[in-house]
Amino acid sequence: MSKGVVITFMLVLFVLHQDFWFRDDATLVLGILPVGLAYHMAFTVVAALAWLVIVRFAWPKYLVEEENEGSEQ
Amino acid sequence: MTQTLIVVIYLVLLLVLGYFSSRLFRGNSNDYFVASRSIGPLVLFMSIFGTTMTAFAMVGSTGESYRVGIATYGKVASSSALIHSACFFLVGLPLWALGKRNGFHTQIEFFRARFESSKLGYLLFPILVGLIIPYLLVGLMGAGSVMQGVTRGAFPEIFTSTGGAVPPWLTMLVISCVVLYYIFAGGVRSAAWANTFQTCVFIVMGFIAFVTISSKLGGMQAASAMADPGKAVRAGNLTEMQFLSYCFIPLSVGMFPHLFQNCLTAKSAKSFRLTLVAHPIAIMITWIPCILIGLWATGAVMPDGVTPVIPEGTSPNAVLGMMVGKLATPIIGGLVTAGIMAAIMSSLDSQFVAVGTMFTKDIVVHLFGKERFSETQKVLLARGFICTIVFVTYLFTLAEPRSVFSLGIWCFSGFAGLFPLVFAAIYWRKATKAGAYAAVIGSALSWFILFRESDYGANGSYLVGGVMPVAVIFATCAICMVVGSLFTQAPSQETLDKFFKKKD
Repeated sequence: MSKGVVITFMLVLFVLHQDFWFRDDATLVLGILPVGLAYHMAFTVVAALAWLVIVRFAWPKYLVEEENEGSEQ
Repeated sequence: MTQTLIVVIYLVLLLVLGYFSSRLFRGNSNDYFVASRSIGPLVLFMSIFGTTMTAFAMVGSTGESYRVGIATYGKVASSSALIHSACFFLVGLPLWALGKRNGFHTQIEFFRARFESSKLGYLLFPILVGLIIPYLLVGLMGAGSVMQGVTRGAFPEIFTSTGGAVPPWLTMLVISCVVLYYIFAGGVRSAAWANTFQTCVFIVMGFIAFVTISSKLGGMQAASAMADPGKAVRAGNLTEMQFLSYCFIPLSVGMFPHLFQNCLTAKSAKSFRLTLVAHPIAIMITWIPCILIGLWATGAVMPDGVTPVIPEGTSPNAVLGMMVGKLATPIIGGLVTAGIMAAIMSSLDSQFVAVGTMFTKDIVVHLFGKERFSETQKVLLARGFICTIVFVTYLFTLAEPRSVFSLGIWCFSGFAGLFPLVFAAIYWRKATKAGAYAAVIGSALSWFILFRESDYGANGSYLVGGVMPVAVIFATCAICMVVGSLFTQAPSQETLDKFFKKKD
């Protein structure tokens, strides 16, 4: 489960990161942020959310076992 | 004068923090090197984040944004937001578990055990230390450049050769001494606490710099409108292949010796959860103000409406210091400079501790045995080696300066190029000793050849067939590892059981 989720997230985010769509667009979002920069800011937030999902739902089993062993010792 | 005074007060505060964290030091090498594996989620996150953000992130990113525009964020920061956390998850967590189970303190101990080779450590040690030196250089040079930019004209009678600014050699000397003091006081625990404090400082001060500069330029909209539109896009500043191959650079965190050591300080695997999620956001909070300041610098003019804030031909290293020095009040300028110093020192401290730990554990104790030295002697040996490396680095800073960003990229390229080594060690049962030797030698040779071709980093636009050199170094390492491993005998069953039995 965890490997599949992580690999899927990584591949999707890697493709999204390439940003072919705003590479030559100089529009300023809200008159401040170049759209290419705003896109990568949004990408960063999505990456953090992806890690939140992974941490919450795809935490590796071996680490749980490691923690349990540590608490038993 | 005011700026210098504020920076001095900040450095004194750090010395006080170092003194108090030394009271927590338990006096043994386990505490000095991995803080007795007792660091919780918040300090772990602040410590790891503070360690990865250095002069490269503040001084380098502003200068690079000034030079090639907003593509700087995409090529390094947003890719790092994804890949750094991936490295912590795929490399940091397994190494933490293996380190805890087997008592490793350094990367080299791990590689020696995994590849059943003592000599591999002697091969890796000079390479890892050699790659850390440019990283230290980046920090020290960044500190020197910023302080010089901010204090221009403050001491006309004392520092005549620098136009009255505090000369870089003096800033670098003071910074080195302060960091040495607080890590000598309490080792990695002191570094972790100092990093936590310094990370808060540089995030807050970066924000203050951003607000002050934008206000002085007439607001954020006015500042963005003034900027060179050619720098507000990626096209024309960076090719697609360059942008793609830059993605290899953040893999360097998987091989940084100081991050390996930081990971080992974690109290539990759960301590990493906050780091995985918050690290991308913290990168954004730190980088975006710097990228925008660099972009604004391309068109910013002084209040007279004519004189450019950044004169043509200015070194990219000086852009942040000049923007702060010319557009902020002396008090704000001083606070921001203290914040930049905080970012720089929060990396230097972990790097200093890591080189000391590697020397003591991987060379001295490995050669002479655990019983040969007392705990106090081990700590003293680490401190002695740290001083030597700092001295060597300091001598390098006096040579011809390089762009902080370019030098940082070469340093990261070396570590990222070695990433296949650690990845194969953790995930590929068939990875062998011969494969590891081939990978290390192959990547070191390819790094050196390409670094020399780039005129030792002076050519900041150097590419190999249109891609970043890191892609070639990475490929060389991966191919050497695979070929070397496929044609040699697999590790013993005992070793495989030790390293592979519990991962899902």
